[in-house]
Amino acid sequence: MNSIIPAVEVRDLTVAYKEKPVLWDIDIKVPHGVLMAIVGPNGAGKTTLIKAILGLIKPAAGSVFINGNVYQKSFRSVGYVPQRGSVDWDFPTNALDVVLMGRYGHLGWFKRPGKRDVEIAMECLEKVGMADFAYRQINQLSGGQQQRVFLARALAQDSQIYFMDEPFVGVDAKTEKAIVALLKELRGKEKTVIVVHHDLQTLKDYFDWALLLNVRKIAMGPVKDIITQENLSQAYSGKTPFVGKDTTINLDAL
Amino acid sequence: MSFQTEIILIAALTAFSCAIPGVFLVLRGVALMSDAISHAILLGIVVMFFMVKTLDSPLLIIGAALTGVLTVTLTEVLINTNRLKKDAAIGLVFPLFFSIGVILISKYAGNVHIDLDAVLLGELALAPFHRMDIGGLDLGPVGLWMMGTISLINVVGLLLFYKELKLATFDKGLATSLGFSPVLIHYGLMTVTSVTTVGAFEVAGSVLVVALIIAPPATAFLLTTKLSRMIGISMAVGVASAVLGYGMAYVLDASIAGSMATMNGVLFLMALFFARERGLVSKVLSHFKKKLNFSVQMLLVQILGHEGLDNEDQENTVENMIDHMAWSAGFAKKIVQRAVQKNLITRNKSRLSLTPLGREMARQVMMF
Amino acid sequence: MTLIHDLFFDYTVRTVVLGTLVLGIVSGALGSFAVLRKQSLLGDAISHAALPGIAVAFMLTYSKSLLVLLIGAIISGILASLGMFLITEYTSLKKDAALGIVLSVFFGFGMVLLTIIQRLPTANKAGLNRFLFGNAATLLEEDVIVMTIFGVVILAVLTLFWKEFKLVSFNPEFAATLGFPQKRLDIFLTSLIVCSIVIGLQTVGVVLMSAMIIAPAAAARQWTDRLGMMVVLAAIFGALAGLVGVMFSSQINNLPTGPVIVVAISTIVFASLGFAPNRGLFWAWKRNKSNQKQVKEDTFLTNLFYLSEGHDDVTHAHDIQALRSVGGASLDSVIRKLEESGYIHSTAYKHWGLTIKGHKYVRSLLVGMQA
Repeated sequence: MNSIIPAVEVRDLTVAYKEKPVLWDIDIKVPHGVLMAIVGPNGAGKTTLIKAILGLIKPAAGSVFINGNVYQKSFRSVGYVPQRGSVDWDFPTNALDVVLMGRYGHLGWFKRPGKRDVEIAMECLEKVGMADFAYRQINQLSGGQQQRVFLARALAQDSQIYFMDEPFVGVDAKTEKAIVALLKELRGKEKTVIVVHHDLQTLKDYFDWALLLNVRKIAMGPVKDIITQENLSQAYSGKTPFVGKDTTINLDAL
Repeated sequence: MSFQTEIILIAALTAFSCAIPGVFLVLRGVALMSDAISHAILLGIVVMFFMVKTLDSPLLIIGAALTGVLTVTLTEVLINTNRLKKDAAIGLVFPLFFSIGVILISKYAGNVHIDLDAVLLGELALAPFHRMDIGGLDLGPVGLWMMGTISLINVVGLLLFYKELKLATFDKGLATSLGFSPVLIHYGLMTVTSVTTVGAFEVAGSVLVVALIIAPPATAFLLTTKLSRMIGISMAVGVASAVLGYGMAYVLDASIAGSMATMNGVLFLMALFFARERGLVSKVLSHFKKKLNFSVQMLLVQILGHEGLDNEDQENTVENMIDHMAWSAGFAKKIVQRAVQKNLITRNKSRLSLTPLGREMARQVMMF
Repeated sequence: MTLIHDLFFDYTVRTVVLGTLVLGIVSGALGSFAVLRKQSLLGDAISHAALPGIAVAFMLTYSKSLLVLLIGAIISGILASLGMFLITEYTSLKKDAALGIVLSVFFGFGMVLLTIIQRLPTANKAGLNRFLFGNAATLLEEDVIVMTIFGVVILAVLTLFWKEFKLVSFNPEFAATLGFPQKRLDIFLTSLIVCSIVIGLQTVGVVLMSAMIIAPAAAARQWTDRLGMMVVLAAIFGALAGLVGVMFSSQINNLPTGPVIVVAISTIVFASLGFAPNRGLFWAWKRNKSNQKQVKEDTFLTNLFYLSEGHDDVTHAHDIQALRSVGGASLDSVIRKLEESGYIHSTAYKHWGLTIKGHKYVRSLLVGMQA
């Protein structure tokens, strides 16, 4: 992989809903191999940014490049973990089947998943500690377990760059640990991971980089460089969250 | 009164009384419950007919209306089992009730004075032949009396409970905290809908009652944002559709109820396209205008962002804007012209620079 | 057995049965997707909206050929979907209001056209009324051939695109990130659902066809947690209901087929809701009841445990009068059951204490609660 070409490059991205800007003139370059969190207040456009990068939302202006290519040409190097609440968990299918969906992009049209794909899917379930639940109907899983199935599905995509939308929301401690371990493992493999995150307190422990967002880009770079009082108060319109050692701050509460 | 006048009057009264519960059904997002109720009451009408042996008895109306409420209840019970999605549950109960009703009518066709076409269409054309007759005195068609009574009940109910209905529709939480039971209001509304539907059944039949209940309020919804005005417009649209529908049926010699539904569709389409604020035409126009303004703003911010940088001469050009914003050449030209016109930028060949006014505006936009 | 004999040798019966089977199988299979994608009521709207299309097709061609009428139905079904899309996309009217308007206005217009057709001086005009409540007896061999071709094509496409349809139904956005054209797949699948509705119209009728989309799928969902199995079961249920409907309506004069089919499929739905393994409401009620009983027993034992805590002898018996108010009237049956299982013993009238076994059980309970 050419290290000069960034993993994700966003140029002058503006997204508007009904002519109201949700993201305004965003320019970012995410290098390969970083673990980056997107943080910012509610309505800052965090999820919108991910969706615009993935081509799920049409921007009003600007362009996005994955490994130097437009999304349509590089979707095989992208893995995606959507918000857990975005699907109907009563859908008649089991955990293994959901993880197998991660293989569909590699299979292309019409081809069905084969033995090798099932093996890969089982390995991915194993990695998130869900192998015993492979044949469990998905509505019988707890919220944390469902989140881990989604993570396993992204792993099954076997990608270079991962996007995760609020994976830590509403999960149990065990799942949180599993996600963190997974993030570290992905970093060990030089993968690029971009995560919409809420908790400023865990930011330093879990991530190398952060993008501070509030409609516009406030700051981006190594976590310790950009989490400054000045940047935070700019992102949270003057209401500076206190980032103490033992306080967990839910940014959305601000 | 001529038969014609009587038919138009009955049709207008029916549309009028349907519009009242219709407004709240549409606003509360349970419009399709009227579809369920209007089908399910067929079973109630048939069963009650076997018991009271006449189609005019108030008992029949009450019994049939109860079937409507029963349908709503059963549907909600099904939803609460969590075994089915809401829309599937709605679509399961009423076809069953309706089917049993149709089977009973077919089986005992000789005894029930309803035929299958009338179930769907009503038999408004025959309404004047069915007279209210007390001691030899002709008091007009039964249908007129029935729909008159139901209209009166609906208007009185509306006036009495206007505040409660309004509150329960727009602020459920506040209504509950003020002591108005949302369940009671919900079922009250469903009962009124059922009674109205049973009355309207003879005029419009199962499917077309739905048009009378949903379409006029939906039309009114596009024309106003005020509840009291919405109710008034719904009534007017309903009555207009009745009169126009009768005219259409007369000209084409076709089904009156079908024509009323068609006219409702026409009125709705007119509102959909031409409503002053919510109509599609005005939306497209204002969307285009907003898009232009928005694009001018983006242009200003773009220029501001590169002002004073080394590559300014390459960045702040029309060509580069076309490239960055994914604009077409024509659109870019239009935006640049507009910005120049408003004295926001100056243009030197393809090189663009902000005027002081443009710079100020770009800064303001950045601040929001 | 005469039915089986007729099936092979009686032209009418064979035609009708084949037609009904195709209808049930296709609407069951595609209905599964409609229900899972929360498009259940779309079926209601589309089937009603097909009526003006059928009428216009007839007025233009004077043909009663099913193929011609179905093409008309499909076109007006698509127009109706477009109308609903316009309304929900560009106004703030809710989806069900949009459905209701399209359904009733299209149907009303269709009825206007039908009344006009009935007065046309041409022969060959009768019979469009069968599209209201359905009449399987009017199915001709050529109709069934048309239905079968439609059905086979629909099922073949469903099999071919199985993986893609499953994906867009479960998680459309994810499908899009995998490079699949999600919008086009969406429209494609919806069009297939429209086609599956349309081929059933002559048999079940526009008024009740929506039930054939929803009910088989709703019943099948109760029996299985697998999409493939659900589609197969829905097809079987649909076919079964269709057969029952045809059998009854052919025996009784003037009985339209649609309502009988709907009663048959509704029976299957309610039986499935009640008694399907796992999801059946009856089993859930039973599980709940035995749970409640278990909770009551555990509460009683735990209370005895706390009463005995002050004593050296853990099996010390107490007057349970105080506990009575907790347990309610059914406490007697709880006590009887616990004594039979050897968890408690009695020393005097209304004096009960834990046995050693009971004491051990409560301790394990309390440990379990702390873990």
